[in-house]
Amino acid sequence: MSPSSSSSRKKSSPRKAPMAVIAAFLLLWLVGVATGEPGRVLEQAVQVCLSCIGIG
Amino acid sequence: MGFLMNSSWSFPFTRTIYQGPLKVICSPGLNCYSCPAATTYCPMGSLQQLLGGLRFALENGQYYFGFSVLGSIGILGGLFGRMICGWACPFGFIQELLHKIPTRKFGIPRLLSHGKFVFLLLFVIVLPLVLVDESGLGNPWFCKFVCPAGTLEAGIPMLLLQPNLRNTIGLLFLNKFMIMLIFLTWAIFASRPFCRTACPLGAFYALFSRVRLIKLRLDEARCTNCKACHHVCPMGVKFNESPDDPECISCMACMNKACKFNAISLEIGGIPLAVPDKGISLSSKP
Repeated sequence: MSPSSSSSRKKSSPRKAPMAVIAAFLLLWLVGVATGEPGRVLEQAVQVCLSCIGIG
Repeated sequence: MGFLMNSSWSFPFTRTIYQGPLKVICSPGLNCYSCPAATTYCPMGSLQQLLGGLRFALENGQYYFGFSVLGSIGILGGLFGRMICGWACPFGFIQELLHKIPTRKFGIPRLLSHGKFVFLLLFVIVLPLVLVDESGLGNPWFCKFVCPAGTLEAGIPMLLLQPNLRNTIGLLFLNKFMIMLIFLTWAIFASRPFCRTACPLGAFYALFSRVRLIKLRLDEARCTNCKACHHVCPMGVKFNESPDDPECISCMACMNKACKFNAISLEIGGIPLAVPDKGISLSSKP
């Protein structure tokens, strides 16, 4: 088998690992959303965090 | 992308930060949410805040472990990995601009690239979680003591917008100001020093280098090991030797500016996108 045909066969195989990783983190995100975490994140993000900017 | 994350331009009139509902969206890059123009939240800042307040939250029956933040950056990491550093981070962009200043350029020892993992583990996770005051609240250690992006994007602008804050400047601000100056000066002489040595978000995305959906791939059959890709990489990656290098930000400089043999291409989930034909066939391989 020539190198080019070997590489073209490799090209056509989709990788499943990224989809599994994305699905796992999507599940994690849903768990976080279910606990009401985005509301807490929003509460923090709309206030100037003085310690974050080195003032407080 | 950086401009999309910083698209609230009413701050010269309001003299404060954007406080609308878009701030529930995670910024893909390191972008301080106390920046007056920021319309999204910084994942590293929010994660530290949630972990610092975890004991207090649990005592009140709130299970804020940071899962939504980790989930958001995990999805982004699984899709793009450190491509975000190359294409969507405002602080990375600033470093790129500084590096264009014509001076003698220097490399960064590879050993220092481990520093960002220490910052992620210690300053973002362990210290906010473990070192708490009597009321059970921890500090956002990375934001408070290190983050030069926060000083540049939020600290200095807020001091300009709100003169009453200037009275509160102390050692804390001076420490962060010095760190910012060091990284900005370093960026003139070396490429992306903060991304390579200290960025905890870059460290997190680096964990996805092998499993991200979109990445550069090396066609070993076409690669001549000419090492042209070594010379153009802003992150010091030797792409032909380690195509899944955690430092690769998929800026595509190696693909577009260096490789003459079509050996580098962009792939999505294992399927390569069309490679621009540079008119060189395999038979021209030395």
